[in-house]
Amino acid sequence: MVSIAPAARRRAIATLALVGLVTLLALGSLGTGPVKLSPLTVLDALFGGGSDVQQIIVREIRLPRAILALAIGAILGLSGAALQGLLRNPLASPSLFGAPQSAAFGAVLMISLGWADVRSWALPVAGITMAFLSVFVLLGIAGRNAGLLLLILAGLAISSLAGAATALVMNLSPNPFAALEIAFWLLGSLEDRSFRHVTLALPFIVAGAIILMSQRSAFRALSLGEETAQSLGVNVSRLRLLVILGVALGVGGAVAVTGTIGFIGLIAPHLMRPIIGHDPARLLIPSALTGSALLLAADIAVRLIPSTTDIKVGVLTSIIGVPFFLYLIMRERRALGGGVA
Amino acid sequence: MSDQALLTASNLSVTLSGREVLHDVSLSLSARHLVALVGPNGAGKTTLLRALAGLQSSTGAIHVAGDTLASLPLRERAKRFGYLPQGHVVHWPLDVKDVVALGRYPHGATDPARLTSSDKAAVERAMQATDIVAFADRRVTELSGGERSRVALARVLAVEAPIVLADEPTASLDPRYQIDVMKNLRDVANSGVLVIVVTHDLGLAARFADTVLVMSEGRLAAQGSPQQALSDDIVANVFRISAYRAEHRNETIILPWAGV
Repeated sequence: MVSIAPAARRRAIATLALVGLVTLLALGSLGTGPVKLSPLTVLDALFGGGSDVQQIIVREIRLPRAILALAIGAILGLSGAALQGLLRNPLASPSLFGAPQSAAFGAVLMISLGWADVRSWALPVAGITMAFLSVFVLLGIAGRNAGLLLLILAGLAISSLAGAATALVMNLSPNPFAALEIAFWLLGSLEDRSFRHVTLALPFIVAGAIILMSQRSAFRALSLGEETAQSLGVNVSRLRLLVILGVALGVGGAVAVTGTIGFIGLIAPHLMRPIIGHDPARLLIPSALTGSALLLAADIAVRLIPSTTDIKVGVLTSIIGVPFFLYLIMRERRALGGGVA
Repeated sequence: MSDQALLTASNLSVTLSGREVLHDVSLSLSARHLVALVGPNGAGKTTLLRALAGLQSSTGAIHVAGDTLASLPLRERAKRFGYLPQGHVVHWPLDVKDVVALGRYPHGATDPARLTSSDKAAVERAMQATDIVAFADRRVTELSGGERSRVALARVLAVEAPIVLADEPTASLDPRYQIDVMKNLRDVANSGVLVIVVTHDLGLAARFADTVLVMSEGRLAAQGSPQQALSDDIVANVFRISAYRAEHRNETIILPWAGV
């Protein structure tokens, strides 16, 4: 009989509870829309029961949307936890570093140049390239052992640049309708996504997740600083490159099919720390599950909130995420005020 | 002291952004020795320590127990050097025992919750040697500076490496802990390890070290026993001070006294 430490048991229970929550939310996502379906009906239809109409609604219309919410939420949560682990910094996240914004610029450029329609491989490839570039440049500017302030300022500069470049593309777009279409696409949405979109994004998301997960124990060694981690046998420069690559693959792939959905990567690890603890390696999977739960919930909420036009899910995550970010800034005030973290 | 050299460096030089911070350093050190590395600020002590551990690229050759350092993979280097940097940073509020368990990382124990029995035993030994067993389950961030520095030392001891490199392990500690840490390191050296300690405290160096390396402006200005390496001439030339010298209970006292 193996004795299990209370902390380990708490982590296991929390992870199982998260899996349950994500499953429920996924069923909820499949049941929510103009035609409301109960979880049981959803399950029935999912496995080939129920009426033809129910089957089409669940399996062809809503299933891709739910899969995307699940996968994209997970990779955003995982990317946030990985970046926070790499930089030993609770304010690190893809959206604060301008990765989604840069990926969006890459995708928008493809669309407006007419090199790609919104369903081609060029989109994720351009998104991933730009996301990689943005995080690479950011970590290059910040250098080793970067403080909080430096990272956030560099992230602000990069996301502003990506935003400006996107604005320029829209500015130069041949007709106002194209610009409007791009603007709406940028807001971030999971509406009307098909299995074509799932095939476009999922391979990259899975590859990114595998890369990030494979490095998890290195994040733990990094808790003691880069120099100590290196003295323990961690190849820190290689680790940095792999994390940038993993985040870029995941975020770039996600942005290419949904537009920018921000702040999930920032929030998810924070929600988990009080329950799981601060070990950056243990935070990865719970953060990914929390990311899934958050995005599924947000995507259900946009369908339930009564409004004249559809609220985009990216707008909702930002509306919730930015105040949370402000709260975190307040909590980290001392480190930020000191200039060096 | 004619035993086989464990760590040798020949013609070691390091250039950082155009400035040569380490110039042509050669040394040969044996196991079971406590070596104090002293010198004024900016003399290149930390750079030498990092270069010896392979954390800083350098020209020249370093050999560890007969192997060229450059030929060893990272993991293998990590098993041979326990490296204690300045500052004892822990970025997250981790449990003390988990921090110490990271010392087993080079041995493949990457998860503190899944240690083999030999890893567990090494962690236990390290915590006992540094007297931190009592707060094994507390978070490092809740500890005092002195306790935290002992945790950092325990983490290094848990590697059970043949060489321990410690960069100012006594900095910012009260007198009692400074003595405790040096005694710990002395015990480690006595158990067969080569310990190199960077320190600004000439008194501790003279009292606890077998060998003192004196650095000045990137060069090795003197090496030898504390009496030889910390002679009046060398102390005056390198540190620009005169020192008060005495004996107490058969141990050497060197106390920096006045500028020259």
